Amino acid sequence: MKDIKKRIAFNKFKDYSFRVLGLLSTFVGLALLFALIADLFMEGAPRISYKFFASFPSRFPEEAGILSAWVGTLLIMLVTAFAAIPLGVAAGIYLEEYAKKNWLTDIIEINIANLAGVPSIIYGLLALGMFVYFFKFGESVLTGGLALALLILPMVIMATREAIRAIPNSIREASYALGATKWQTVWWHIIPYSTGGILTGIIIGLSRAIGETAPIITVGALTFIAFLPTPPVSSDFPFISFKWLFDPFTVMPIQIFNWVSRPQQEFHVNAAAAGIVLLCMTLLMNAAAIYIRYRFRKKIKW
Amino acid sequence: MTVTISEDLKAESKNLNFYYGALHSLKNVNLPIARRRVTALIGPSGCGKTTFLRCFNRMHDLYPHNRYEGEIIIYPEKLNIISPSVDPIEIRMQISMVFQKPNPFPKSIYENVAYGLRVRGVKKKGLIDEAVEKSLRGSALWDEVKDRLNNSAFDLSGGQQQRLCIARALATDPRILLFDEPTSALDPTATSKIEELIIELKNEVTIIIVTHNMQQAARVSDYTAFMYLGEIIEFDKTDKIFTAPSNKLTEEYITGRFG
Ligand SMILES: Nc1ncnc2c1ncn2[C@@H]1O[C@H](COP(=O)(O)OP(=O)(O)OP(=O)(O)O)[C@@H](O)[C@H]1O
Ligand SMILES: [Mg+2]
Repeated sequence: MKDIKKRIAFNKFKDYSFRVLGLLSTFVGLALLFALIADLFMEGAPRISYKFFASFPSRFPEEAGILSAWVGTLLIMLVTAFAAIPLGVAAGIYLEEYAKKNWLTDIIEINIANLAGVPSIIYGLLALGMFVYFFKFGESVLTGGLALALLILPMVIMATREAIRAIPNSIREASYALGATKWQTVWWHIIPYSTGGILTGIIIGLSRAIGETAPIITVGALTFIAFLPTPPVSSDFPFISFKWLFDPFTVMPIQIFNWVSRPQQEFHVNAAAAGIVLLCMTLLMNAAAIYIRYRFRKKIKW
Repeated sequence: MTVTISEDLKAESKNLNFYYGALHSLKNVNLPIARRRVTALIGPSGCGKTTFLRCFNRMHDLYPHNRYEGEIIIYPEKLNIISPSVDPIEIRMQISMVFQKPNPFPKSIYENVAYGLRVRGVKKKGLIDEAVEKSLRGSALWDEVKDRLNNSAFDLSGGQQQRLCIARALATDPRILLFDEPTSALDPTATSKIEELIIELKNEVTIIIVTHNMQQAARVSDYTAFMYLGEIIEFDKTDKIFTAPSNKLTEEYITGRFG
């Protein structure tokens, strides 16, 4: 009896020890993250103002701003989304609903998973070879956007496939049993019911792309740009222009990198402020992803 | 075994064999299906009832390695609906199916019923409204849902969902209606509602129903086929099967001694 009590006490001690250890580990991770963010905010927050968003980079730190960087980031994301979404969603739908399941699709499946893990600089090299040297798109918004589209394409494909796989087969059978074709089933059921999952995957992909620096530098983004790309709409005929696609650009992470690599402390403040802006962009996107997932989960419960 | 019946036929399977890859799961099935009657398929689990039922609307064509041999003829055209030259979609447009578990779409009640018409390219709202009401009345659901046609089908109870699936299957005026254990996921009240409905529906449409429930087969069907290991062991008028089966296996099965 006494032995058992001792044993229980010892077991409880081990239980208690792990509790403390686990709590400490969690705390260390959170505290570090919090300290980093707090540091960033304390350094950069005072610098954030309307002027900071509306000014081009400059030799004088107080006058320098992130106009060309955030516009560049926005345009790049636009190109990335326009390229990656249709390709990725179509490929995902094809692989899940149309492709015969055989060794070839198995190989494709494994390789898409592998592609998602390829270092981003490799995509930069690929884009440099393909879009800059072969297609001669130049070191442009288009090239940068397409490079990032390549990077997130596997993620979009996998998110699409996962979302489609969550649809019970009984729903497909119900549709086919009424005489629907594959496309009717995809259009009326598969796409609508997987939209939540697909959108979530796309946003998470884009929020990864927004912080990427390596592939963007590889395809030749500039570090100092004091002008904006050609506006997409103008008052002269034909009113819409795609010339901006071929303009040089810079993006937020490159601007940040450029500022921290300068010796003057004032530029480091600018870097911190730009870091806050980039962080907020990412957090906003993740919040949107969580919200969309929540909305669609509520609407469709299998 | 071959059987003949003295009524008008809607369909007839002749020497039907079916293979899931190498698995030979229907063996020389011969069965007449009387027009505007209910034919019940009974038999122990795994004997091939679902497999047989799903031949009638070519559901097996959705999956690879499945193979039919023989014929299922529909009348009056005398068309062999499992012939490779017949488009499965054309068959599914005429022969509807209600599944074991209610499987409404996560859309509104209205859209669920309208879907079959949308698939057929019907665009006129008037026509669709009319068909939706008629089918919901036909499946005895209209009074319960007429005020909330735009609510999600997922808000309905299991029994209501199953009747919604019946309405969905009825909306396109099928010539044959297939039921695969339509009440196995439902409580007794919902079950008896669906049984009444099936008896009602046979005035309009030919019905084949798979069931594990002997009382249900006895209550709703006019003809019963007893299947065992992929074969039809006995087929006859339901009264005859349940009062004086001629085969010993059939008798053992319906008296609950095996299966
Ligand atoms: N998709 C499939 N692939 C391979 N074999 C299958 C498949 N579906 C069913 N079978 C096999 O075919 C045989 C007949 O199955 P079926 O589902 O038709 O039986 P059932 O009479 O409907 O049984 P239950 O009463 O349990 O529903 C079984 O041996 C089963 O294992
Ligand atoms: Mg079955």
